[in-house]
Amino acid sequence: MSTTSIDLPSHGGHGHGAHGDDPHHQHHFTTMEQQFDTAKLGMWLFIATEILLFGGLFVGFGMMQNRYPREFVEAHEHLVRWQGALNTVVLLISSFTMVLAVESAKTNKRAKTVGFLALTIVCACIFLVVKYFEYSHKFEEGWLPGKYYHAVGDSIAGSHGYATFFSFYFMMTGLHGIHIVVGIAILTWILLRAKKGEFSSTYYTPVELVGLYWHIVDMIWIYLFPLYYLIQ
Amino acid sequence: MEHALSPGARIGDRPRPAVNYLNASKGIMSWLGTVDHKRIGIMYLVGVLTAFLMGGCFALLIRLSLLTPTHMLFGKVLLTAEQYNRVFTLHGAIMVFLFIIPAIPASLGNFVLPLMLGAKDVAFPRLNLFSFYLWLTGAIMAIVAMVLGAVDTGWTFYTPYSTTTDGPVTLMILAVFILGFSSIFTGLNFIATVHKLRAPGMGWFDMPLFIWGIYATAVIQVMATPVLGITLVLLALERSFGIGIFDPKLGGDPVLFQHFFWFYSHPAVYIMILPGMAIISELIPTFSRKTMFGYRAMAYASVSLALVSFIVWGHHMFVAGQSQLATVVFSALTFLVAIPSGIKVFNWLGTMYQGNISFETPMLYAISFLILFAIGGLTGIFLGTLSTDVHLTDTYFVVAHFHYVMMGSTVIAFIGGLHYWWPKMTGRMYNENWGRIACGLVFIGFNMTFFTQFFLGSQGMPRRYYNYPDQFQHLHAVSTVGSWILGLGLFITLAYLLASLRKPMDAPDNPWGGTTMEWLTSSPPIEHNFEEQPVLEREPYDYRPVVASK
Amino acid sequence: MSTHTETHDEHAHGGVAIYTRTLIALLILTAVTVGAAYINLGSGNIVIALFIATIKAILVALFFMHLRWDRPMNGLIAMAGFVFLGIFIGFCLLDFSSRNAFLPTNLHHTEVPLAPGSAPQAYTVPVPEPAAAGAPAAAPAAEKK
Repeated sequence: MSTTSIDLPSHGGHGHGAHGDDPHHQHHFTTMEQQFDTAKLGMWLFIATEILLFGGLFVGFGMMQNRYPREFVEAHEHLVRWQGALNTVVLLISSFTMVLAVESAKTNKRAKTVGFLALTIVCACIFLVVKYFEYSHKFEEGWLPGKYYHAVGDSIAGSHGYATFFSFYFMMTGLHGIHIVVGIAILTWILLRAKKGEFSSTYYTPVELVGLYWHIVDMIWIYLFPLYYLIQ
Repeated sequence: MEHALSPGARIGDRPRPAVNYLNASKGIMSWLGTVDHKRIGIMYLVGVLTAFLMGGCFALLIRLSLLTPTHMLFGKVLLTAEQYNRVFTLHGAIMVFLFIIPAIPASLGNFVLPLMLGAKDVAFPRLNLFSFYLWLTGAIMAIVAMVLGAVDTGWTFYTPYSTTTDGPVTLMILAVFILGFSSIFTGLNFIATVHKLRAPGMGWFDMPLFIWGIYATAVIQVMATPVLGITLVLLALERSFGIGIFDPKLGGDPVLFQHFFWFYSHPAVYIMILPGMAIISELIPTFSRKTMFGYRAMAYASVSLALVSFIVWGHHMFVAGQSQLATVVFSALTFLVAIPSGIKVFNWLGTMYQGNISFETPMLYAISFLILFAIGGLTGIFLGTLSTDVHLTDTYFVVAHFHYVMMGSTVIAFIGGLHYWWPKMTGRMYNENWGRIACGLVFIGFNMTFFTQFFLGSQGMPRRYYNYPDQFQHLHAVSTVGSWILGLGLFITLAYLLASLRKPMDAPDNPWGGTTMEWLTSSPPIEHNFEEQPVLEREPYDYRPVVASK
Repeated sequence: MSTHTETHDEHAHGGVAIYTRTLIALLILTAVTVGAAYINLGSGNIVIALFIATIKAILVALFFMHLRWDRPMNGLIAMAGFVFLGIFIGFCLLDFSSRNAFLPTNLHHTEVPLAPGSAPQAYTVPVPEPAAAGAPAAAPAAEKK
C-alpha cells in the first residue's frame, strides 16, 4: 500500500487545502464544513447521553409511582399547576429566542445575536425565580426529600410514598435546574463572544451547539411538566 | 524469521525521521497539556497499567488469604473478615472501573484508531485530554477512598448493604461516576472520529476490524454509561438523604437497584470484550498472512454484540427476586448473545486455516485468547441456563467464568495488542524470547488459578467468602500457586517491555507486515501521523505482495 | 473562505417564519395539555399528557433543533437514546408487572409428625432412598396432597 498525496477539494470553491484561512479551523479537519458537521454529531451524541441520564430518573419515578399510587397522587396536589405552566411557557419562549439567536449568528447579524441570547438568558432566569418560589414553599410546608420530609396531614400515615415522591421531585427538577444554571453560564459566555464579533456565517458552531443543549433542557421540562403538574 | 514479501516500508527503505511524537516537544507540561492522541494514549497506558498492578496486588492478597481454610498463614491471621471484604471490593472496583473498562479503548485505541483511519487525530482532541483528566481524577478519588478505609460492599454496591454500611462509600461512588464520564467522552470521541475522519477511499466496509470493534464499544460507552451515572447518584442520595428508592426500610426496592446497576454493567462487559476481540481480529490475519475470513460477518457481529448486550442484563439477577417471567425471557435472550461471539471464533479459526502462521508473541497471545475465550464464553452459557444457574450462582464457578472472559480474554488480547503495537508506539522491539516465555507462564498460571475455580464452584464453594470447609483446601491451594505463576509471567512481561525502552530506536515501520494504515508511518510516528494524507488503495487484510513501483 | 450557503442541507432552510409557527404550535399544545388535565379520564390522563408531550418534543427536535433539515445520522442518534431508554423501561416493567404472576405450585404447609414439644416444620422435601439404584429421586410432587 503506498501513500499518495492528493489535493483535497475544499467545498466552497477555493482550490487549495485552506488550512490557515480561518483561525477556528482545526488542523485535523480538511474543511470547516467537516469540522462543523463533526461538532454537531458530537453534540447529538452528548444529547443521547442526557436522554439516558434523565431517563433513568423517569424510570425510577415510574417504578415508585407503581409502588405508591395513592401517595403519589395525593402528593401531586401540593404542586401548583399555574407555576409549572408558566415555567413551561417561559422555556418554550426561551427555545424560540435561542433558535433566533442561532439564525442571527448564521446570517451575520451581530446585534440580534446578542439580543436574542440575552432574551434567552432572561427567560432562564425567570424560570429559576419561579422555581425559587416553588421550592421555598415546599421547604416551609415540610415537603422535603427522603428523611427530611416532615409535612403533616397525609392521609396514609407512616407511608414512605410521600417522602419518595418529593425525593424524586427535588432530584428531577433539581438536576434540571442545575442544567439551567450551567446553561445560563454557557449562554453568558457565548453572548460575550458574540459581542466581540466572533461569530459569522462561516463560523457559528458554538452558538449552534449551545442551542442544541438549550433545546434539550427545554425538552426535558416538556416531559417533567405533565408528569409532575398535570396528573391527578 | 522472514515473512513473505509484505507491503509497507522496512528498515532501510525510508530514513527514520529525527523528530517524532515523543521528542517533538519536551518537558512534563508538554505531556500534561498535550492534545496529541498518541501522547494521551501513552499517558492512559501508564495509568491503566498502574491500576492493573494495584488490582493485581489485591488479587494476590486475596489468593494468599484463601490458601488455608482458616485464613491463617504461618500462625497469623493475614486479613480479618472485615479487611477481606474491603480487599475483594477494591480488587473488583479497581480492576473494573480503573483498569479494564478504559484499558484497550483509551490506551491502544487512542493511539491506533486515528492512525488506522489515516487521520491526523481524533475528532475532539481537547475532549480527549479532558477524558484523561477525568480518569485521573476518578482514579485518585478511588485511591483516597482506599486510604480512608475502603469499602466493603463488593464492586456491585448492592443495596441495602451499600446504603447502610459505613465507610467512604459516597466518595467511592463519586469516583466511579467521574470515571464513567471519562468513558462516555472517549466513546463519543471515537464515534465521531470513525464517522467523519476516515481516509479518502475508506468506506465503512473498508475499515480494519479493530475499528469496528472500537466503534461498537463506543456505542455501548455512550448509551449505557449514563445509566450507571444516574444509578450512582441515586445510591449516593439514598445514603445521604434516604430518598427511599432502593432501601426496603425506606420503602424502596433493592431489585430495582440491581436493574439500574446491571443495565449498565452487563453492556459494560461488552465494553471489555469487544476491544479485545478487535485486537484479535488484527493479530490473526497478520500472523496467518491471510485475509480475514468473513469480514462482513465480523463487522456485523461486533455491532450485534453491542446491541444485544443491552437486553440480557437480568441474567445477573435470576435468583435476586426478579419475576419468573422476566427471568425466563432474559435467559432466552442470553442464548442469543452467544451467536455473534461464536461467529467470531469460527471466523478467526477460518482465517488461520491454511494460513502461513508464524508464532511471534502477539500470535501466541491470540491463540491463548481463542482457547480461553472459548472456555469463558461457553461457561457463560452454562450460567445463562436457568436450571444450572440456580446451583452455580454466587459460587466460584461465576468467578472462574468472568475471569476467563475478562482476564483470560480481554487482558490476554490487551497484552497481545501491546506487543503488536509496541514497536509502533516506542520505536523499539521487545525481546521475543522473553515474550514467549512470559506468555507460557501467563497461560499456565492463568489456567491453574482459574480452571480449578470451576470445580470449586460446582462443588459449592461460594464467592466472596472469607473462609471455607477443609474439603476445598486442595483446590484453593492449586489456585493460589497458579496466581503466583501468573503474577510472575506478568512481572516478567513488564520487565522486558520496560527494558526494551533502553535500547536505541531501531524498529522498522512495519515489522509484522501488517496491511493497515498505521504501518505506513514511521515507528514511532511523527507528530501529525502522516507526511501526506494516505489514501486507501486496497481492501483490508489483503496480503498479496505489492508490485514494486519505486 | 467562502460561506456554507453554497453547500446542501440546513443552511438554506429554517427561518423565522417556521420557528414562529413552531412556537405557536407548542404554546397551543401546552394550553391543550393543561386543559385536558382538568377533565378526569382516569388512567387516560397520563397517556394523553405524555402523548402531547411527545408531539411537543418532536416539534422541538425537528424544527428548533434543525433535525428536519439535518443529516439523518443526528436524528438516528437521538432516536437511539430513546430506544435504549425504552428497553430499560420495558424490561423493568416486565419484571415489576409480573412479580406475583407465577407462584410456585408446590408451596404448601406439610406437617411432619415430630416428638411432642418440638416445633413443627413448615415444609419438607422427602430425601430419595439411596438404595433405589437407577430410580429417579422421589420428587416433591409425590408428596402433594
